Amino acid sequence: MAYLELDRVAKQFGAQTVVEDFSLSVGKGEFISFLGPSGCGKTTTLQMIAGFLDPTRGAIRLEGKDLTAIHPAKRGLGIVFQSYALFPHMTAAENVAFGLEMRNVPRNERAERVRAALAMVGLAGYEDRHPRRMSGGQQQRVALARALVIKPSVLLLDEPLSNLDAKLREEMQIELRQIQRTIGTTTILVTHDQNEAMSLSDRIVVMSQGKIEQIGTPQETYERPASAFVSQFLGKTNDFAGTIDRTVAPTQLLAGSWRAPAPAGLGGPVTVSIRPERIGFGDAGLSAKIITRIFQGNHWLFQCDSECGPAIVIRQNDGQAQPAEGDAVRLTWRPEDMSVRARAGA
Amino acid sequence: MSMAAEERSVRAPWALTAPALMLFVGVLLIPLAMTVMLSFHDWGQYKGIEPVFILKNWHEIATDPYYAEMFWRTFRIAILTTLLTALLGAPEAYILNRMDGRWKSFFLLVILGPLLISVVARTLGWALLFGGNNGLVNKLLMSLGVMRSPIPFMFTETGMIIALAHVMMPFMVLSVWAALQRLDPQIENAAMSLGAGPVTIIRRIIMPQIMPGVLSGAIIVFSLSASAFATPAIIGGRRLKVAATLAYDEFLNTLNWPLGAAVATLLLVALVLIVVGSNALIERRYAEVFR
Repeated sequence: MAYLELDRVAKQFGAQTVVEDFSLSVGKGEFISFLGPSGCGKTTTLQMIAGFLDPTRGAIRLEGKDLTAIHPAKRGLGIVFQSYALFPHMTAAENVAFGLEMRNVPRNERAERVRAALAMVGLAGYEDRHPRRMSGGQQQRVALARALVIKPSVLLLDEPLSNLDAKLREEMQIELRQIQRTIGTTTILVTHDQNEAMSLSDRIVVMSQGKIEQIGTPQETYERPASAFVSQFLGKTNDFAGTIDRTVAPTQLLAGSWRAPAPAGLGGPVTVSIRPERIGFGDAGLSAKIITRIFQGNHWLFQCDSECGPAIVIRQNDGQAQPAEGDAVRLTWRPEDMSVRARAGA
Repeated sequence: MSMAAEERSVRAPWALTAPALMLFVGVLLIPLAMTVMLSFHDWGQYKGIEPVFILKNWHEIATDPYYAEMFWRTFRIAILTTLLTALLGAPEAYILNRMDGRWKSFFLLVILGPLLISVVARTLGWALLFGGNNGLVNKLLMSLGVMRSPIPFMFTETGMIIALAHVMMPFMVLSVWAALQRLDPQIENAAMSLGAGPVTIIRRIIMPQIMPGVLSGAIIVFSLSASAFATPAIIGGRRLKVAATLAYDEFLNTLNWPLGAAVATLLLVALVLIVVGSNALIERRYAEVFR
């Protein structure tokens, strides 16, 4: 049975629909990311789970109980805010202790749990620091400890890493994942960073304009994007216009001079999506000319002008000779590496 | 950098601030120094001001209980006015801050609007409402039979405190408002998610963070109330004098300028000490919030 369940949840502000028909089942201990550009409704959805906003329609259930009927202060969720929202007039330990104080945890147990929580996030010895005397990363850890110390049923993270610099963000991602694995708290992360979503989550909910585009594991959403939006949003991709010719047998999929047996169930104009690292240079296939070649250490990035429009190709730096700028090449890929969708409006 | 350029760069700040500096020295420092000097001069009914150095005025202020009463009243009124503005102004600013955009700007205008009207006009408004038998409110209440005699407002400390609090309210609201703007917009949600109810949120989370704003507002209101002239002059008149109206009377009615100067100097020194002292205390106490 689902641990946390969102059932056709919708939110409207006046005439504007911010979240539409949002249904999701979260298993206990799962790490879910809401991924999408700003304004896609991911934070609004999080706030409805937290209780800071009431859904216009739909139900949110936690272990079968209606969550929307419970006051936000009684929901027992742990929340880490984008700005951390630490209490600046309290020390790190007082910040972490606040939730326990509200639950009337006895003083001795409280001190012990605060100490353990701060140690867990690597801040042992920082108990008496005030937040404004701490770095962004340290404040982030205090916020995490404050949310986790109350043993929340669900941990909600609202873009918690977006204010950190790139290196620290990567470190925190790894640490966050380890902590979450260790204590097994069901977690929902809101982010606009696809790398963050992919490296942290069990499943990703890709959102656009208030709607769910796709729910799947990081690999599924990357390898088998359900829509053009998902393939564009999750990493780089090449979209080529192709056609499926059913007049010949076996039926053929054509994209420029690249051809392969057509997948079942589609016909006519289609879009062929293929990740740049899945394209290779071969003897037959899409003919293209290399415009620029950029060396990036562990890989080469090629920008090509193909007969189906611009294309990008990424090749591992495996020591093999690579084509130079201006070379005419043939682009080829395995049929199982591409995803094919019916082309709208063609 | 050449010598000439270096010299120029040293002189430039002085040259640029010179006009303002001259104005400051000319209209503030020199008259202030003259007032302090004046307080040591002698004065007699028939001889007028004698430019000598004596401690007569200071001795009189120190020994005559009349002056002690006057200063005690001044500071009592200032303290109570400050308390009243803090008690009303801080919640006012908090409520204002929680309002929706359009209402917020409307009510902000309502609160700040009175600053555009002269203090005299605003205080006279109170006199029109509560001034003796002819005051509008008094007339109404008496004709309805609610009261037999007018509400004691004019020439009372209570009246003075209420009128002063009304005049000073915008300063308190603005000061608390500024502190509220510094709050993390999610801070209340954060406290709520940890299980805090509305009262706890205000008491444990909001209050400690806006306290510096309340206290700096209190310093402004206190110093303005203690040195206020127009409101005490209209509400208190001759019957209920405070330090500022006392100094005024010494200057313009008794013509004992040296004594008036001594009163004014003492008021200034006392205010500076109180303000600087409490400011230092506040900054030490709330170092973490100010950072």
